[in-house]
Amino acid sequence: MTTSNTSAVDYNFDVVRQFTVMTVIWGIVGTLVGVLIAGQLIWPALNFDTPWLTYSRLRPLHTNAVIFAFGTSALFATSYYVVQRTCQTRLFGGKLAAFTFWGWQAVIVAAVITLPLGYTSSKEYAELEWPIDILIAVVWISYAIVFFGTLIKRKTSHIYVANWFFGGFIITVMVLHIGNSMVIPISAMKSYSIYSGAIDAMMQWWYGHNAVGFLLTAGFLGMMYYFVPKQAERPVYSYRLSIVHFWALVSLYIWAGPHHLHYTALPDWAQSVGMVMSIVLFLPSWGGMINGIMTLSGAWHKLRTDPILRFLIVSLSFYGMSTFEGPMMAIKSVNALSHYTDWTIGHVHSGALGWVAMISIGAMYHLIPVLFNQGRMFSIRLINVHFWLHTSGVVLYIVAMWISGVMQGLMWRAVNSDGTLTYSFVESLTASYPFYFMRFVGGILVVSGFLLMAYNMFKTIYAKDGSLKPIEAE
Amino acid sequence: MDYGTLRGLVALLILALFIIIVVWSYSKKRKDSFDDVANSIFDDDEVNTVNKKRPTDKDNKQETNNNV
Repeated sequence: MTTSNTSAVDYNFDVVRQFTVMTVIWGIVGTLVGVLIAGQLIWPALNFDTPWLTYSRLRPLHTNAVIFAFGTSALFATSYYVVQRTCQTRLFGGKLAAFTFWGWQAVIVAAVITLPLGYTSSKEYAELEWPIDILIAVVWISYAIVFFGTLIKRKTSHIYVANWFFGGFIITVMVLHIGNSMVIPISAMKSYSIYSGAIDAMMQWWYGHNAVGFLLTAGFLGMMYYFVPKQAERPVYSYRLSIVHFWALVSLYIWAGPHHLHYTALPDWAQSVGMVMSIVLFLPSWGGMINGIMTLSGAWHKLRTDPILRFLIVSLSFYGMSTFEGPMMAIKSVNALSHYTDWTIGHVHSGALGWVAMISIGAMYHLIPVLFNQGRMFSIRLINVHFWLHTSGVVLYIVAMWISGVMQGLMWRAVNSDGTLTYSFVESLTASYPFYFMRFVGGILVVSGFLLMAYNMFKTIYAKDGSLKPIEAE
Repeated sequence: MDYGTLRGLVALLILALFIIIVVWSYSKKRKDSFDDVANSIFDDDEVNTVNKKRPTDKDNKQETNNNV
């Protein structure tokens, strides 16, 4: 294997640096909007009687900011970094890579402006109107060209498994976005889907669930397969398992979408297919989780001293938890209790704040010193504080939503002996207030963690080159 | 061939593909090269020392997972 010529490669880290810094910034913005709307659910006056600040307009802004601004910037940064490192070649496409950065930031700014103004296609996670959708498609195709171009000109013979996951995520998200965004525009900022009725619903959740499956799962698994072994300084537990993991995951995920449409106008057989596929999906999900966590096998002691590794490994525990919970919730009889309640919100956040955010934060803490010529982050202690703030925030959040969600489900379905409903909707809402407050507190902890991270990042960036020396482990 | 039979055959085909992937990736012949690939991320490395003490010979040996 080659060990010599590596420092000769002139990597394009500029675009990686840009995306890395913006990941942290958008992490703050996205979670801050989340805390604001969590506050609005307790104190409705927080919309200040301003249409732009109403819950209905800020909620899509929150989801778009965390998924497409924070999460996707982290994916751009890590995929561009990993593909260069593992292929030992400079990023393909020159200025095209810079275009993906500025183009993607333009998409996010457009979202920040149009969503509060009320422009929306009303499709969840695909709210942006058609002109922005076209820009997304152009940026995404450029992303694919840069990424696969780099793979093609690689200097290594094998394509490392992380790149398989990144590549699968890039192609699938392109297909999903273009497929679901097929619309007929009727004015500059208004359009209607070319699909109708139940077909439109199925298209939307084929897109929606695979945004979860490929953007929020496959992409971040790519991150996992590089940064966990790297930070643990051990090769992945089983490379062979990672191959089976990849093919099983990508061939199953695409079928799970109908579980979002249980007991709707969607044909019953399609609902059952969605349910069965979601349950089977448990296997590759846990295969991947075990592969990641077992990478530490024989080196568990590193978790005691390394908060970055702790972020990475705890993210995998949350991944395991939410990929167990997800298949359970996809079972129709469980879904009858959980759907439309806060349980769903809890499930999403155990995936988003637990898995996606924690693996990204861990990867960013690994990456920032490398990109800015330092031996370590400015403060390891602050990383540790961030870890505990984030973890307690997430646990508070999801426990609150579990209790609130199950309670709502039970109250909504309770009937008196004469067949009338036992509780009004407002009674279930009042019962949820204490848990909404718990969630609000959890959210504040998460945002505080992100603020510490930004401080730590800028201190690392502005420190004199090489002045932060690697520390002796205890 | 009616639609039901076709779907059954497609399901069998996919099952066969899955078995082929498992057999291919777990064959003894490929174990060494996969171990090399798993270690390849450490080839290229000033990065190795980030956030870590300087590796000594003892710490730096990158053991392969011989058990899997």
